[in-house]
Amino acid sequence: MEFVNLKATELRLGLPGRDETEEQSSSCAKNNKRSSSEMESSSEHQESGAPPPKAQVVGWPPVRSYRKNVLQQQKKPESDGSGMFVKVSMDGAPYLRKIDLKCYKNYFDLLKALENMFKCTIGVYSEREGYNGSEYAPTYEDKDGDWMLVGDVPWDMFITSCKRLRIMKGSEAKGLGCL
Amino acid sequence: MDPDPKKSKVLTSNLPNSNGSSHPHSPFPDEVLEKVLSLIDSHKDRNSVSLVCKDWYNAERWTRSNLFIGNCYSVSPEIVARRFTKIKSVTLKGKPRFSDFNMLPRDWGANVHSWMVTFAKAYPFLEELRLKRMRVSDQSMELLAKSFPHFRALSLSSCDGFTDDGLKAITTHCGNLTELDIQDSVTADIGGGWLSCFPENFSSLEILNFSSLSSEVSFEALERLVSRCRSLRVLKVNDIITLDQLQRLLVHAPLLTELGTGSFLQELTPRQYEDIESAFGNCKNLRVLSGLWDATSFYIPVLYGACSGLTFLNMSDTVLQSGELAKLLAHCPNLRRLWVTDSVGDKGLEAVGSSCPLLEELRVFPADPYDLDHRHGVTELGFLAVSRGCRKLRYVLYFCRRMTNAAVVTIVQNCPDFTHFRLCIMNPRQPDYLTNEPMDEAFGAVAKTCTKLQRLSVSGLLTDTTFEYIGKYAKNLETLSVAFAGSSDRGMQCVLEGCPKLRKLEIRDCPFGNAALLSGLKKYEMMRSLWMSACNLTMKGCRLLAREMPRLNVEVIKDEGSDEIQADKVYVYRSVAGPRQDAPPIVLTL
Repeated sequence: MEFVNLKATELRLGLPGRDETEEQSSSCAKNNKRSSSEMESSSEHQESGAPPPKAQVVGWPPVRSYRKNVLQQQKKPESDGSGMFVKVSMDGAPYLRKIDLKCYKNYFDLLKALENMFKCTIGVYSEREGYNGSEYAPTYEDKDGDWMLVGDVPWDMFITSCKRLRIMKGSEAKGLGCL
Repeated sequence: MDPDPKKSKVLTSNLPNSNGSSHPHSPFPDEVLEKVLSLIDSHKDRNSVSLVCKDWYNAERWTRSNLFIGNCYSVSPEIVARRFTKIKSVTLKGKPRFSDFNMLPRDWGANVHSWMVTFAKAYPFLEELRLKRMRVSDQSMELLAKSFPHFRALSLSSCDGFTDDGLKAITTHCGNLTELDIQDSVTADIGGGWLSCFPENFSSLEILNFSSLSSEVSFEALERLVSRCRSLRVLKVNDIITLDQLQRLLVHAPLLTELGTGSFLQELTPRQYEDIESAFGNCKNLRVLSGLWDATSFYIPVLYGACSGLTFLNMSDTVLQSGELAKLLAHCPNLRRLWVTDSVGDKGLEAVGSSCPLLEELRVFPADPYDLDHRHGVTELGFLAVSRGCRKLRYVLYFCRRMTNAAVVTIVQNCPDFTHFRLCIMNPRQPDYLTNEPMDEAFGAVAKTCTKLQRLSVSGLLTDTTFEYIGKYAKNLETLSVAFAGSSDRGMQCVLEGCPKLRKLEIRDCPFGNAALLSGLKKYEMMRSLWMSACNLTMKGCRLLAREMPRLNVEVIKDEGSDEIQADKVYVYRSVAGPRQDAPPIVLTL
């Protein structure tokens, strides 16, 4: 089954009704059949009878936000293990998201995707300081149920042990960074 | 009967055979009138009763125990507390429905706190609180938990603003709680500590629903809770709970009538598979089933043993294929309500038509709402198939990517009893895909044929003709939702002039302007509310409306970057409380 460009399903934290141009994000796009230019077309209303606008309109179709794109959520155990979906929450955001860790090659890709998805700055990881100085710090829950700072362990180890992600407010994450 | 000290009256009568009535011409003593009125539950009937005369108004207000407020801003807590003194149950609704689709700013309002403060003082015997689309802070929940010793039931539908702390206050302090029902509530990842705060001797719970919360609750605490609440009949867990955990819960509660499962995807051993199958088999009383996240064809059969009594099956969180649905439905002969995603396709809906003769309600949600590719989903054929087999259909919500006038005409001929007809053709302004004409005749047929129609949502390419039909024929219509439709002001005018029972009108992206808005001047006071966004309204028109109709609140939200003239989002509602004081800066009250 093909996945659509996640950009199309992105929730916006800005004011409703804003007509933002769509940027290309580094989030997962397993489906190659749709070019990004189609998503950047304007959402101007067209005259009756003309082909309907193709870009996404705020609040349309009228589907509840919690009723997420159900296709995205489906894990398929019979395939080659494609899909390593984890939930991502951000302090202060009303909705959680889900991402497929397998779509990213390294921490850089993942953090850039998170920054795009939640419109926040996470900054740069350092072994000594963690994400000190950033507004937000990415943390994850590992297999043992402990909350860890993203970036400490090698990427491959991270994706097999990460159960869920939480983007904490920088002030709260200070404790983790200073260990 | 002890006289109520609040109604100390002088019992006099001019008639020789005094019957104790304060009004010489009233045939009933007040006590009798009140006894009779206390048997009336419907708030609509009670509102009528209160209009008869002063005595009846008073008798009604002293005996009302259930309060229903459809728009929290239509009245103030103080007015309510003054009028009604014996309230035990409150239902309160807040934001306009379009807030569900991210069309309102987050801090728009509908905060329950001022109500909670008033209720704490006025209604110490409050037992139930049901909120919809309201903002509920932890502070409000704490006040609730500490103010009402008899509190039994809390229901939050599409609410937000609370965290684990608020819920902890409820579970810790409400010792008589029978119902905690949190549906569709959008809230940040709030943690699951609240579930562990039920005291160890607490056992009164009958309804527990936390399926929409992302809380990581303690399974051990949940299992203990379920095993000691012997009256538990509704249990809806979230997707943190796994299949084998669910099996253990079912063993403790085989008498459940409503179950929302957790995640339905897990690697089970054959023994575990048997156990869960047998646990479901023991659920002889199940009427409602939901949840089923990530269910696949391998695991769905474990449900079969529990399906014979099912009346409501909610598979809208599962991506089901047509064959899987068909097999499942074969085990559900008593189904009245079915929710699915459009992954089942027209073929799946054919199975619905042939397996569910008793079906009254069908909702088909888009599995992938933003898929612009028309290859997936359902079409007019699926809807037709259902209408042929399910003649008792009265409620439909149908998301599709193509439709024809002819199909809808046939559908309503097959099923003339529709009370709720919500059709969403997902591409805005899409015409009949066979004839390329507007979809006017389709909705005309719905309005004409379905004489009991209460709620209608229209879509597709529509001219004013659609609204002429609606105004002319839809005499029982109460709620109308319109998007990307109509050709001129005349469309909206037809509806406002024609539908006598209209209460809620919500419109977006339509070419209706000030003339249309102002044509409903007299009507809006008889309605609950009007929403218009991305139409052709200007500030001038809205100000005129506000000036002419002082008992309406006219609120405008301007979009960023919009000029001074346009009124981008307009919300109009009747109110006896005057303009609201808690509007955020972005909401202008005219």
